[in-house]
Amino acid sequence: MNWDVITTRVDAVKSRGSDLQKRLRGLRHRLTLLLAVVGPGLITSNVDNDAGGISVYTSAGARYGYALLWSLIPMTIALYVTEEMCARMGVITGKGLSDLIREEFGFRPTFFVMVTGFFVDLANVVAEFAGVAASMQIFGVSKYIAVPIAAIVVWVLVLKGTYRQVEVIFLFACVLYLSYLFSAFLAKPDWLDAARHTIIPNLRFESGYLVMLMGLIGTTIAPWQFFYLQASFVEKKVGARQYPQARADVLVGSVSCMVIVFFIIVCTAATLYVSGHRNITDAAQAAQALIPLAGRGAGILFAFGLLNASLFAASILPLSTAHVICEGLGFEAGIDHKFKEAPIFYWLYTILIVVGAGIVLLPHAPLWKILIFSQVGNGFWLPVVVIFILLLVNRRDLMGEYVNTLTFNIVAWVTAIAMIILSLVLAYTALFQGTPTG
Amino acid sequence: MQIYATELMGAEAYDAQGHFVGRVREFFIEPADQPNRISHFLLSRGRFQPLLARYNQVGAVAPGTLRLNCSERELALYTPNEAWLAVRKDLLDQQIIDTQGRKVVRVNDVDLTEQKTNGNVELRLTQVDVGLPGAVRRLLQGVVGPGMIRKLQNPLPQRTIRWEFVNLIEPDPLRRVKLRITHEKLEDLHPADLAEMMEELSAAERQGIIASLDEETAAAVLAELDERLTTQIVEKLDPEKAADILEEMAPDAAADVLADLSKETSEELLEEMPGQEASEVRGLMAFDENTAGGMMNPEFVFVGETATREEVLKWMRSQDLNVDQLDTIVLLDSDAKFSGTVPVARLLLADAEQRMAELKTEPLLGVPGDADESDVFELFDKYNLRMLTVVNSESRPIGTITVDDVVSRLVKK
Repeated sequence: MNWDVITTRVDAVKSRGSDLQKRLRGLRHRLTLLLAVVGPGLITSNVDNDAGGISVYTSAGARYGYALLWSLIPMTIALYVTEEMCARMGVITGKGLSDLIREEFGFRPTFFVMVTGFFVDLANVVAEFAGVAASMQIFGVSKYIAVPIAAIVVWVLVLKGTYRQVEVIFLFACVLYLSYLFSAFLAKPDWLDAARHTIIPNLRFESGYLVMLMGLIGTTIAPWQFFYLQASFVEKKVGARQYPQARADVLVGSVSCMVIVFFIIVCTAATLYVSGHRNITDAAQAAQALIPLAGRGAGILFAFGLLNASLFAASILPLSTAHVICEGLGFEAGIDHKFKEAPIFYWLYTILIVVGAGIVLLPHAPLWKILIFSQVGNGFWLPVVVIFILLLVNRRDLMGEYVNTLTFNIVAWVTAIAMIILSLVLAYTALFQGTPTG
Repeated sequence: MQIYATELMGAEAYDAQGHFVGRVREFFIEPADQPNRISHFLLSRGRFQPLLARYNQVGAVAPGTLRLNCSERELALYTPNEAWLAVRKDLLDQQIIDTQGRKVVRVNDVDLTEQKTNGNVELRLTQVDVGLPGAVRRLLQGVVGPGMIRKLQNPLPQRTIRWEFVNLIEPDPLRRVKLRITHEKLEDLHPADLAEMMEELSAAERQGIIASLDEETAAAVLAELDERLTTQIVEKLDPEKAADILEEMAPDAAADVLADLSKETSEELLEEMPGQEASEVRGLMAFDENTAGGMMNPEFVFVGETATREEVLKWMRSQDLNVDQLDTIVLLDSDAKFSGTVPVARLLLADAEQRMAELKTEPLLGVPGDADESDVFELFDKYNLRMLTVVNSESRPIGTITVDDVVSRLVKK
């Protein structure tokens, strides 16, 4: 063979498609620029709509119809404002939230934040596996088969995949949330009425209504997501120059999360509320009740959405928790280490999955109590985390010119205080009245 | 006797007469004086201005107590000093580089040793604790008694780093000079190890380390670092320093870095670089990143095909070649066109008078600069190549692609 044989061959191919190739390259380049940053915000916000979240949205729609839809707009703002601060810290400092808490506040505060985080997250993991069990039951699969398989899938996926592969799977999972959009359309709601209730606030001073409102907010903004969001931006090596893209990612994430919540509430409002099935307490019940009302398709889509959400959150929560704890306390962490190099990380990760899935499999597991505990835990943990975030993001030695502006600070503190009051009240009612969702 | 920094933080300080003076809140090292001696203790007294005890004013230390050998009136008032290393603020809970273990670790506690000198007790920092015992002490200090803590931590596995292997990371260049922090020890590490450690640090810390390394090491580290981080660092460097570092890099690596920067920044840096290097890099940047031209290194060794083995070796000895990376030589014919390649191993075994043309490998392979990288991968795979020559339209060699270029491209995919 001669080298100019190769050159002619290459040239022939080149000339055929060089123009197209150039254009494709330009497009690919722009797409990589965007994809290089997008992901953390979208994933974090969507994973928020986990099993516990969907149950709350479902019962909100079933019990009060469209009446709670107005709260989605202020919630979007609150979600965006808090997440944006974490994204900014990750992008500017290049460090995770637990790292920063450790460096600026010392060992003991970090230790307590981490230990609380472990137990609260464990309760959340149990809730996710309970979601897997409930949704698979609708498909006729026993939980004794579904939950162990789900646990193994989660364990393997995260340990064997690279960050990029896992992220692509997660982004795909975000797309699957659209199943709620389809089930909402199948439910044939009164769109005009839904739109009216979204824009015009409708505050009722009944205790059940207020508790439901707090439940909505409490499940939408969970404390662990801040750690996960910031760590993802750090892991993606997004720098200060890409901050505008990172912010856009967080904004799109917050809005899309709320759009999904909107469709879930609309779907259940148009069917369960209208037909009088108002005492629905979890998403699986809702899916079951939907089948005679809106057709088998809508019910199956609804259950599928729950399965997707539960699996999605069950993949992220244990990993994120193990990572955050090890980072804060100074142990080796990360799936690029071998088991021997980072034993504590791998043990925490495995315990969270095994115990989380195991509790669901116990014959008389008090799942309802654990769900309440996870919400109460989130409620107590959230204020602490949000206050740490606000203190850190205003430190000029860390953030330089990227500290909060006065306006942003006012919005952020008002949001934080409102969230703190609401989540503490929610925790209180959950503890002393049994159910957080009325 | 050994004592831990945690046991002294919050310790009660008494003067020579046994009067309570205050509580130890911080202690300092004065690196300009002695690199490991605790030189000053900060004693806080509630709402009064804190006092400062010098090392020679300390008579005895024990967990929870500090006894001075002078009266309270002899102590100075505290004023902050940037040239002192504060153990609590600068060391505890911070990340440091363990130059021996080649790892970034977080400090849990600091181990001190007592040294008795005429009438006073000096504390010397011997090692930093990065393991569980330090964590237990930090958690329980003040909650249970010091004796109990020592009993609890003793069976736990130790993880400590000797002070001489500790490299502090200080992003502020002025403070770095005052604290006498150098990164000389880091320059002895393999650039790939250093690059991996830097990924765990904050943006400001990375910047600080690159700025303080010599250009050669900095160039080697930047070439190993994740390209996003490289871009972020080069963008923020002083342009003159950045150009010096780029000059030290292989032209293909420098071109990759510059291609990721904005047009203005990369132009500015190219202006700063010496003419020949800059034009080499510019030539490479003309190629798309995903083509043979974008992968090649324009610096390669070439000889005429009629030369004998002896002549080639003699010429090579006289040149300042980077022999670590050299394993194939490019041959040119009388028209200075590409005519083949000779692996160095063949040269080794050949007779002194053998001509280069007799030693060349078959088949003759070359790719044009605008060939897609997938074509390059295919050729490497098919012919088990270690090196491939890139030629221009007149079939003159313009650069070479080595197997490590291919490996790093494939790993990134």
